[in-house]
Amino acid sequence: MTASRNALYGALLLLPAAVLLWVFTYQPILATLGNSLYSTPRGRRASVFVGLDHYQTMIADPVFWKALTNNAIYALTTIPLSMALALAMALFVNAKLRGQGLVRMAYFTPTVLPMVAVANIWMFFYAPDYGLVDQVLGLFGGGGNNLLGSKETALGALIVITIWKEAGFFMIFYLAALQQISPTLIEAAELEGASRRQIFRRVTLPLLMPTTLFISINAVIGAVRLVDHVIAMTKGGPDNATVLLLFYVYQVGFAFWDTGYAAALTAVLLVMLALIALFQFGYADKRVHYR
Amino acid sequence: MQHFRMTGFRAAVASLALAGLTAVAEAKTQVTFYYPVQVGGPLVQVIDGYVAKFKAANPEIDVVPVYSGNYNDTTTKALTAAKSGKPPTTAVLLATDIFTLIDEDVVQPLDDFAGTPEDKAWIAGFMPAYLKSAQVDGKLWAVPFQRSTAVLYWNKKAFAEAGLDPNKPPTTWDEMVAYGKAVLKKDASGKVTRWGVGIPGNVGSAQWLFGALAAQNGARLMNDAGTETYLTDPKVVEALKFWVDLGKVHGVHPPGIQEWGTTPADFLEGRIAMIWTTTGNLTNIAKNATFDFGLAPYPGKVAPASVLGGGNFYIFSGAPKEEKEAAFKLIKFLTSDEIQADWAIQTGYVAPRDGAWNQPNLKEYVAKLPAAEVARKQIAASVPEFSTHENARTTKALNDGLAAALTGAKTPEKAMADAQAEIERILKPYKK
Amino acid sequence: MSVQLRTPSLTLLVTLGAWLLAIIWVSPLLYAVWTAFHPPAYAARFELFAPLTLDNFARVWNAAPFARYFLNTFMLVTLILVCQFVVCTMAAYAFVCFPFRGSNVLFMIVLLQLMIMPEVLLVENYRTLSKLGLLDTITGMALPYLASAFGIFLFRQTFKSVPKELEEAARLEGAGPIQVLLRVFVPIAKPTYVAYGLVTVSYHWNNFLWPLVVSNSVQTRPITVGLQVFATVEQGIDWSLVTAATMLSVAPLLIAFLIFQRQFVQSFVRAGIR
Repeated sequence: MTASRNALYGALLLLPAAVLLWVFTYQPILATLGNSLYSTPRGRRASVFVGLDHYQTMIADPVFWKALTNNAIYALTTIPLSMALALAMALFVNAKLRGQGLVRMAYFTPTVLPMVAVANIWMFFYAPDYGLVDQVLGLFGGGGNNLLGSKETALGALIVITIWKEAGFFMIFYLAALQQISPTLIEAAELEGASRRQIFRRVTLPLLMPTTLFISINAVIGAVRLVDHVIAMTKGGPDNATVLLLFYVYQVGFAFWDTGYAAALTAVLLVMLALIALFQFGYADKRVHYR
Repeated sequence: MQHFRMTGFRAAVASLALAGLTAVAEAKTQVTFYYPVQVGGPLVQVIDGYVAKFKAANPEIDVVPVYSGNYNDTTTKALTAAKSGKPPTTAVLLATDIFTLIDEDVVQPLDDFAGTPEDKAWIAGFMPAYLKSAQVDGKLWAVPFQRSTAVLYWNKKAFAEAGLDPNKPPTTWDEMVAYGKAVLKKDASGKVTRWGVGIPGNVGSAQWLFGALAAQNGARLMNDAGTETYLTDPKVVEALKFWVDLGKVHGVHPPGIQEWGTTPADFLEGRIAMIWTTTGNLTNIAKNATFDFGLAPYPGKVAPASVLGGGNFYIFSGAPKEEKEAAFKLIKFLTSDEIQADWAIQTGYVAPRDGAWNQPNLKEYVAKLPAAEVARKQIAASVPEFSTHENARTTKALNDGLAAALTGAKTPEKAMADAQAEIERILKPYKK
Repeated sequence: MSVQLRTPSLTLLVTLGAWLLAIIWVSPLLYAVWTAFHPPAYAARFELFAPLTLDNFARVWNAAPFARYFLNTFMLVTLILVCQFVVCTMAAYAFVCFPFRGSNVLFMIVLLQLMIMPEVLLVENYRTLSKLGLLDTITGMALPYLASAFGIFLFRQTFKSVPKELEEAARLEGAGPIQVLLRVFVPIAKPTYVAYGLVTVSYHWNNFLWPLVVSNSVQTRPITVGLQVFATVEQGIDWSLVTAATMLSVAPLLIAFLIFQRQFVQSFVRAGIR
């Protein structure tokens, strides 16, 4: 097959994907960067070039900084905790237990639910005094909490929901990976007299590294992408305690209709994602032991 | 007749209707009317009924109601349609959207249509408090349609248990605190099981009810032109301090931010003895309460006062002239005393015209359910809700400030000073 | 690898831990189900013998056009699934079988979309849809997702594992490029299609932010947005209704996944997603 024929077929087959990706991913990235330099058109006032004005506004905007900090806290808690729980769940389910199927189902079910639906029922659980969570806390003498209505606990309340929902999803990937580890490897290690702890650390864990990388990418994406619960539960309140970056973009873009500033905020988000991607593909990739 | 984009289903229905009626339909002036309710909701039948009546009386006009979800959806939809050059002829949108709609240059003052003395008399028939929230720069941009106001609900059983007169709601701030303390109930471990009073302070309701608190203290939050706010006015700060102290000093308000959505449930569960919410909750609470309750006007410090809410009719400037005139006729019809009286009975909204309250059917209804009239009596002492240019932004700034004070992150003084500074920055371009 | 735990005490400990976690995980859901099936008076008071009722579901069903929302979601998910299969298969096939100069670079550029999802670009994508006149349409809601980097990546991995001999054998029999794709590659990649299909279905059934921005009428609104519109009411939240609406909206997907959960995990194993 000649190179030119390859190119022709290749191009034809790639065309639909290329057009779609251009129109809805690459062109908007460029347009975002461009529009972040223009003012928002309002009524009879047309859009004008304002240079880095939006970025200066952003630096002076306390809500932006709050969103950035919140998102960092949110990512740095939900990602490791849900991954650790996912691994534990996968190990539990993979060990032959009584009622293994039921246990797996229990872990997995929250994952299937939409985040908005989850947010709605958890709002009920978080209701002060009569909500499920506060009733349980009350049993330990800690009732009377307004978890979503207090600055100190609101973000934590959202973090708990995210972990509850995501851990089961990540478990599936770990479970799939565990089931692909050849039993002979474990047997060989056992024959050499390795303890269970040693087997886990020296054999299982390294073999799970590619999965861990894959899940962590997913988790990072989730930590940025998923703001449904913020919209459904707190609208970023109280006093911006639960503002996340993408929620702020949504609010500025579709409640304030300030598309110029929203573009600047999106640009920052894009740069951050690009940096994370570089780190993951570059640095983390080298440390993962591929088979 | 295709002057708004039809989605598949509606297009199919419309084309079916067209097939039979083409000749007639083309001669008619068509009014598209966005109305904020779910398709299939109970209000749809009521509106459909009014529209049918109107069409029977005005055979030359065809009205197409578009049921477009909640207020937010409807505003978005109307703005998007107007910007793409195919606006609805008229829509019922929040009173607070007035500056947004003016700034986006999509609505037309109703003065342009109200030429005859009869029209002028009709406008004069609205309660001044409601009319005020529709006037900017001396022009009337909207007319009141489905209006509400904030009121206090109190649990008569709890009052009686506490040795209070169950038929006497608080009329002053001091009384509210005193009654709140009286009804407070704790369990053996010292945990409060019944709070005195709950005022929703979450994003979206804080700025509304705070307008009432400020008015009760004789202060205003903003000017009529929507270009200035007065959050650092000592009286405004004092009102916020009172709200914060309800929990912090007097211990009669649950800690943290009270959630709007859960407030009626809190009341029904007996968790809070007095709640601040809308007249719109009357049906829900009346249906589910297992105890005797009452509806009262708000108490006051300087004087009792409340805040108005709800939606107004707007006419979109981009629609053809004859359609707008037909829409004006429709609006006059839907805000007539007869319809407004029926509307108040069917929905629980507050009829914004004194004439409507004099209609026999509404009089009869009030005789049966006296609580329905509480709202009306309070209206003269009510202020328009918080609304300025860049309304979403300034509302957020105010909300953030209120939340900061209520959660104890900032003192009321600092919270209001910060919010005022932020709003001044936002409103700078609108200062003349 | 299935670990056979030998020491009985450890087995007991692990079983207890696993069960404890499982109970914690599932109890919120059970409680929500309980609320949905009981009268509002019992929403916040657990009583074992409280009367059961389907009234909440009936009220929810009558209060909002959930049937239409389900239809919208179904159309949205089907559209996305079918288009993604076609578009991503074609692209992956091109990368594997018709490499040309620069196609590797191109692939790296495609992978960028793994990190930058359409949601992040919602402001610009909204503008694009508005220009195309596709706001408030199901097509518009689907468009940004039709070419998925994850799909292309996954199918490319699978196609690369297809033995060259099979491909050549088919070609010797006179099959053209499309026939080779359909007769050789697609059948072998079946588990990948299943796994990817499951991910896509659950992703888009649950997707919220983008549909929220794009849709504003009953005719297009998917179930997630419909649920949110239903749950945010001026009149305060009736928990029994909200939980009933929530249960109603998650039921089809939940039931499907409970039935197929074993296959779900298996398909991931076979597709080599890990």
